[in-house]
Amino acid sequence: MTEMVVATGGMPWLTLILILPLLGVVATLLAQESLSRQIALATSLITFVASLPLWFAFDNVTAGMQFVEKHQWIDSPSIHYALGVDGISMPLVLLTTFLAPLCILVSWTAIDMRRKEFMISLLVLETATIGVFVALDFVLFYIFWETMLIPMYLLIGVWGGPNRVYAAIKFFLYTLAGSILLLVAIMVLYFEGGRTFDILALTHASYSPSLQALLFWAFFAAFAVKVPMFPFHTWLPDAHVQAPTAGSVILASVLLKLGTYGFLRFSLPMLPDATVSFTPIIMTLSVIAIIYGAYMALAQSDIKKLIAYSSVSHMGFVTLGIFALNAQGIEGAVLQMINHGITTGGLFMCVGIIYERTHSREIAENGGLANAMPRYATFLVIFALSSVGLPGMNSFVGEFLVLLGVFAWDKLTASLAALGIILSAVYILYLVQRIVYGPASPKMLPKLTDLSAREFGMLVPLVVLVFWIGLYPKPLLDVMHSSVERVIASQSVSVIVQKEGSPTEHVLVMTESISDSLSQRATEATP
Amino acid sequence: MSIPFADLAIILPELLIVGVACLILVLDPVTPTGKKDYLAWISLGVLAVCALITMEDFGETTVAFSGLVVMDSYAAFWKMLLYLVSGMTILLSMSYLKEEKIELAEYYAFVLLALVGMMVMVSGADLLTIYLGIELMSITLYIMAGLKRYEARSIEASAKYFVLGAFSSGILLYGISLLFGVTGSTRLSEISTVVNGPASEDPLMLLALMLIIVGFGFKVAAVPFHMWTPDVYEGAPTSVTAFMAVASKAASFAAFLRVLLEAFGGVKPNWNLIILAICLITVALGNLVAIVQTNVKRMLAYSSIAHAGYALVGVVVAGWVGVEADVSSRGVSSLMLYLAIYSFMTIGAFAMIAILRKGGLEGEEIEDFTGLAKRHKGGAFLMLVFMISLAGIPPTAGFIGKFYLFMAAVNADLAWLAIFGLVFAAISAFYYLRIVMVMYMREPSAEQEKNTRLVLSPQVSVVLACAVAGVVLLGIFPGPLVSIADLSVLPIK
Repeated sequence: MTEMVVATGGMPWLTLILILPLLGVVATLLAQESLSRQIALATSLITFVASLPLWFAFDNVTAGMQFVEKHQWIDSPSIHYALGVDGISMPLVLLTTFLAPLCILVSWTAIDMRRKEFMISLLVLETATIGVFVALDFVLFYIFWETMLIPMYLLIGVWGGPNRVYAAIKFFLYTLAGSILLLVAIMVLYFEGGRTFDILALTHASYSPSLQALLFWAFFAAFAVKVPMFPFHTWLPDAHVQAPTAGSVILASVLLKLGTYGFLRFSLPMLPDATVSFTPIIMTLSVIAIIYGAYMALAQSDIKKLIAYSSVSHMGFVTLGIFALNAQGIEGAVLQMINHGITTGGLFMCVGIIYERTHSREIAENGGLANAMPRYATFLVIFALSSVGLPGMNSFVGEFLVLLGVFAWDKLTASLAALGIILSAVYILYLVQRIVYGPASPKMLPKLTDLSAREFGMLVPLVVLVFWIGLYPKPLLDVMHSSVERVIASQSVSVIVQKEGSPTEHVLVMTESISDSLSQRATEATP
Repeated sequence: MSIPFADLAIILPELLIVGVACLILVLDPVTPTGKKDYLAWISLGVLAVCALITMEDFGETTVAFSGLVVMDSYAAFWKMLLYLVSGMTILLSMSYLKEEKIELAEYYAFVLLALVGMMVMVSGADLLTIYLGIELMSITLYIMAGLKRYEARSIEASAKYFVLGAFSSGILLYGISLLFGVTGSTRLSEISTVVNGPASEDPLMLLALMLIIVGFGFKVAAVPFHMWTPDVYEGAPTSVTAFMAVASKAASFAAFLRVLLEAFGGVKPNWNLIILAICLITVALGNLVAIVQTNVKRMLAYSSIAHAGYALVGVVVAGWVGVEADVSSRGVSSLMLYLAIYSFMTIGAFAMIAILRKGGLEGEEIEDFTGLAKRHKGGAFLMLVFMISLAGIPPTAGFIGKFYLFMAAVNADLAWLAIFGLVFAAISAFYYLRIVMVMYMREPSAEQEKNTRLVLSPQVSVVLACAVAGVVLLGIFPGPLVSIADLSVLPIK
């Protein structure tokens, strides 16, 4: 659909963002081992700066793709090097470029062997993840989607904890197996959707309900493993616990979002009928993930594992919001994707910082940090409260919108999801109580030095974002507004046809006015 | 009966190569040991000349020797691939033969003669021509497998290969003779006319078809005719293994497909389900048994069986009934593309095994790769690239190959076959990644650190560079090769 595409002439910003980390890889390869950190950091900072035009030159009004680039790549079958961002993917690209330098900073001293290879893996991973968000051709999307596995496999397997080999192969095979059906679905879509891999064209084609059902579950297999949704989450705790800090941060903050992004970009707009008919199943799985994840988090004695399970719970909110299929739910979900990236990224960095000092992630062995490391404790408490969803902080806005959206869909589901928020307060505050305020273990006390300037510097940007989104989310909501509207619009047609007179239709009628007023209300309620 | 000059011109590359092979055999005795390298360079030279000649043959179809030999784009495609593979094998062998102390100049003559056999196979338009090619290739390979005369394993490989190979050739020949009895001809085109008409339900014809499929099944190492593969691949000198795994498989597939489509293209229902069954068990068994191997050469042997299974997906699509002609051609072209890509990654992997030395021996156990990434960053990275390509993970060529094969399958409404293949591709990632794992994630023992290292010669560097360039470039820019394969498919009936 050409009218969907808003071409931005001039600079190919997206290609630039994709290429820059790869240039950094070349530079790192050629440089000495001792310089690899500096080069990688410089590269990722330049990439971040190069991604800023996406934010400043973004047109909030249109729902179309922006910064579009399209070149023929392979003639037969026609595959394009097609890139573009809309209001859903642009914030995620920025999140990725924003977190990459922080990941390098967090590994500054933690990674002391094969530093060069580490930095290379990290930069390749950055390119691949950005590629997934900006690809507008389904094959290109899949190539980035899979390419990502290799650097992540190496990050976990080479620089991870004692059980890293098991965790790495489990991560790899789980996600690879999940993607099998996705690849076949892409091929089927090509033949059914007019012999094209163009994501926008495929979105506008219509498919028979029975085919939609098959494709929906094929997509589901790939995306649900990535999110991860219950019961496909078992790779996540292993991968998180074994991965080095930077790996955990990238994994939690960016890679998990690829799954929910997939639902938003493909499942909802391409398969509207199937989405509507399978929504109850997804909603049920999401609620289970929220409560089960929170419950598991409660039982953990390892800080990293606790946060890993909390991710399962928080990502449950995101899928819940997406499949509420209304503007509040989806906007809340996208916002929550960003929020979870910031907050959980911050929490994992905090765990990494303490692990570097005490070489233990056991809650019982790390206590009394408030006295020994007051500055560190402040940051930890901020991220913890943000994770709980304290008003004034980022997660509150997202969770609030998600719950509003879900209430419109079904009150019982929303009530159960709200229970997850209470549980999250329990496990996070219990964690804070034990490691921040408990007595310090005499064995560990000498090792507990407060934050260095580098560590301080890498946590501050995250805290700024926590409060900025918490107090004034309007700019971010404005960015995603039109694009979310378009996702809803692709839904609404089939909803009205399928479920006439159902409560869902009622929601749709209200969608337009409510989502505007709500995003404003959310901003006004919080200052 | 005189042979017209025009016919000889068609087989000029074959004649040139045979000539050089004979020249090498003459020069060998008068060349002192240690100075035999120039014979390899002569061989490479003739390959380059032949490549230039064959290049001219793209786009034309010429029949020679009253229908015994055909030179078309299909044959030209395979010949170009075979030149490339033979050239890489020769380069790989130069230092390897010295390391293994089997520096025999006949070796290069054997490579060239086997190559001629393969070339005859891919441009044979008559079952007897094809059989002649198969025998020339096989007999040479039997000898080459046993070149490490001092090693029992190599002799055993040679003997086993000979017995089973001769047996399968016999089966094939039996099939050919039965078919001659039914149709009165060995020309593919004439067989096709009879098979399509009066003999389409003849049980003898079906028996002959089965025997021919079994015969070729042995040559391409498809399950259940694969028993010889692991032992022979393990015992043969590694450079020979690479040559067998790639060149003989490619040539056998080329001939197999031509026989099936040109002679039996009108009776697809008679063979496509059998091929489908062979395809399924080959993919499954090859990948599953590869998991438990501890020797890399054996593992790659089972992996080559599995890849033959993937290539058979292309044959299945080409033989599927009720699809349009362009869908069937896509089956053929995706098979051609797949085997070309397979050649690069497999030769690369075998080259890595050949240069990994453990003391004076070859490092061919998976354990020998332990911690390689610490000592040889570049080498370990190359092996990583070959392994992820064999597993079919983007952005490598292995993914492109599988993508086109399974695209063709989905196009023929065989989406379940694509799912089946991809499930086993995911399983295969497990054993390919094990090599990556031992290279990058295990600490080498002191002894391994001291003894096990990569021994690189300039020639092997060229082979590795060529292989990795193929794997990476075809992964990112597959367009040109795809178009060439599309233009070189057999005419589908």
